Amino acid sequence: MRKLVIGLAAAAMASAFGMAHAQDKSVTMAVSIPAADHGWTGGVVYHAEQAKTKLEARYPGLKIILKTSPDGASQANALEDLTTQGINALVTLPHNSDELTDPIRQVKDKGVFVTVVDRALSDPKIQDLYVAGNNFELGRVAGQYIKDTLKSGDVVVIRGLPIVIDEERQKGFDEGIKGSEIKVLDRQFGNWSRDDAFKVMQDYLSKHQKIDAVWCQDDDMAVGVLEAIQQAKRTDIKFVVGGAGMKDMIKKVADGDAMIPVDVLYPPSMIATAMELTAANFYDQLPVRGSFTLDATLVTKDNASEYYFPDSPF
Amino acid sequence: MGARHCLSHLGGRNDCGQNMSTNTTAAPRRAFANIDLRAVAPFFALAVLFLLGALVNTNFLGIDNLLNVLTRSAFIAIIAIGATFVISAGGLDLSVGSMAAFVAGTMILFMNTGTVTGDYALLGVAMLIALGIGGLCGLANGLMTTLGRIEPFIVTLGTMGIFRALTIYLAEGGSIPMKSQALRAAYRPVYFGSVAGVPIPVIVILVVAAIGAFILYRTRFGRHVMAVGSNEDVARYSGVSVNRVRTMTYVIQGICVAIAVLVYVPRLGAATPTTGLLWELQAITAVVIGGTALRGGVGRIWGTVCGALILELVGNIMVLSDLVSEYLIGAVQGAIIIIAMLIQRSLARR
Repeated sequence: MRKLVIGLAAAAMASAFGMAHAQDKSVTMAVSIPAADHGWTGGVVYHAEQAKTKLEARYPGLKIILKTSPDGASQANALEDLTTQGINALVTLPHNSDELTDPIRQVKDKGVFVTVVDRALSDPKIQDLYVAGNNFELGRVAGQYIKDTLKSGDVVVIRGLPIVIDEERQKGFDEGIKGSEIKVLDRQFGNWSRDDAFKVMQDYLSKHQKIDAVWCQDDDMAVGVLEAIQQAKRTDIKFVVGGAGMKDMIKKVADGDAMIPVDVLYPPSMIATAMELTAANFYDQLPVRGSFTLDATLVTKDNASEYYFPDSPF
Repeated sequence: MGARHCLSHLGGRNDCGQNMSTNTTAAPRRAFANIDLRAVAPFFALAVLFLLGALVNTNFLGIDNLLNVLTRSAFIAIIAIGATFVISAGGLDLSVGSMAAFVAGTMILFMNTGTVTGDYALLGVAMLIALGIGGLCGLANGLMTTLGRIEPFIVTLGTMGIFRALTIYLAEGGSIPMKSQALRAAYRPVYFGSVAGVPIPVIVILVVAAIGAFILYRTRFGRHVMAVGSNEDVARYSGVSVNRVRTMTYVIQGICVAIAVLVYVPRLGAATPTTGLLWELQAITAVVIGGTALRGGVGRIWGTVCGALILELVGNIMVLSDLVSEYLIGAVQGAIIIIAMLIQRSLARR
């Protein structure tokens, strides 16, 4: 009996130590993301830094190395540098799929746990975990909203840059408005830049006498669009639908701004989700391998407060 | 040999042709005809573009559209006027786009502190600070090129990265917006307002260009700029302080960037990571389209303004037309710019 108690106590002690040990287990997580070249990537950097502080406080043995790169080629170099430092996990938002598939494969071959965020690799077998927003849905939800609200009318579209993400959003939008009387008058690239979107919108306003709504799929561009409409003093435009979830636009939605009635979520904080899940894999032994796709939630006046981050730069 | 090269260059220009060409009596009259046509050529290209625009879309000639385009060209035009000085003196400044973002960022951050009471007083002080920062950025570029004796390409490539990174650092990766809506409202007319139907940014282009033209064509400093750009050694032997002149051109460039920022900030009320992206290339293109030689020694302020307008018009016509797929716009823009240059060349040869 006594033996048993001692045995139990020892076992309890051992497991307690084991627990403490698990928290102190030394894990190095590398986070490789694009540099803050526009609002959304700025948000990614912000949320990655926030998550780093939080996770390192929660798991004392965890060391997170955060590295931003201005383009695909330098990200490939950064990945090599990070690997030589001896990492256990890599969380990466690749600049583009094709260029970075092989560099990430090389990291994987070293036995590193690989989490890919937002942009899928050409070979999905490389990743252990994939966390992403849903670009097709972002377009579809916006299209659906315009279809439901307008029923029929003329819409202009401002695209981002000619890359896969943008292409998927366009397809989703077309799917969303399918079977309605909505007519897309024009599609031009605004490069996800406020200034370029301002210009394109000014030109749309000169070109088209009647526009019912604008879909510009990105909140940064929506800023430029609103300014151009205000300048032209046009009243035919009923509303503008952006996307991503920039704090200023979420605030407009919450305040009931007639021009920005909704926003479609594509949150840069997904990087933090990916880092949390990756850490959970090492410390909490939770099963996380697989794909984790975030919804393109329609933000309306009712739920806007849930998605408002006043301290975020984006 | 070098001296003759320099003098013929100096004599070849319209404005000081008289005082210098007395030395080169043998300069043929034909040279004058050439130069005149070259100065006119960018305006001819502009006229052709107007015609093209009118054919593409009837709304193109609408007064609103034309004023939009004119107003939009202000940033590049004003920066390119500064670039005309730098390039005429044989230099190059790749940092102007990043510098614009940096000046805009610091200016807005100052306005957000609200240390000066009264909206207009605050705006005034902020503008002076912006001009000061622009001038200092230019001075840094100039001193590093001249005193450091480093190629301007390398110096300004370096400062391009530095200014851009500083802006992103100040913005903590996001954008730097003007916080006070009242201040924003007070400042807004600088971009959107107009005097007697002429938008304020257009007036700013004209004033900056007039001052620039006066300095470049009518002052001793302007003549020194050309001399340094034509032949540095000859200028030095003639007693021109080459380093001081070069440095000054960078300071002028910095001030021009700051003036462009003064007009840029009220438009969207924020500095973002995309502010000023690739403006350096557009400014240099505007300068070259305007007839200024990249190798230095020739500078055309009004040609530069015309070049900036051409660039902006090409973009506008592309959006207004339905003929070109949105994927091919870049290619057509490139082709139009090359054709505009070819038209110029053929005019100049005649």
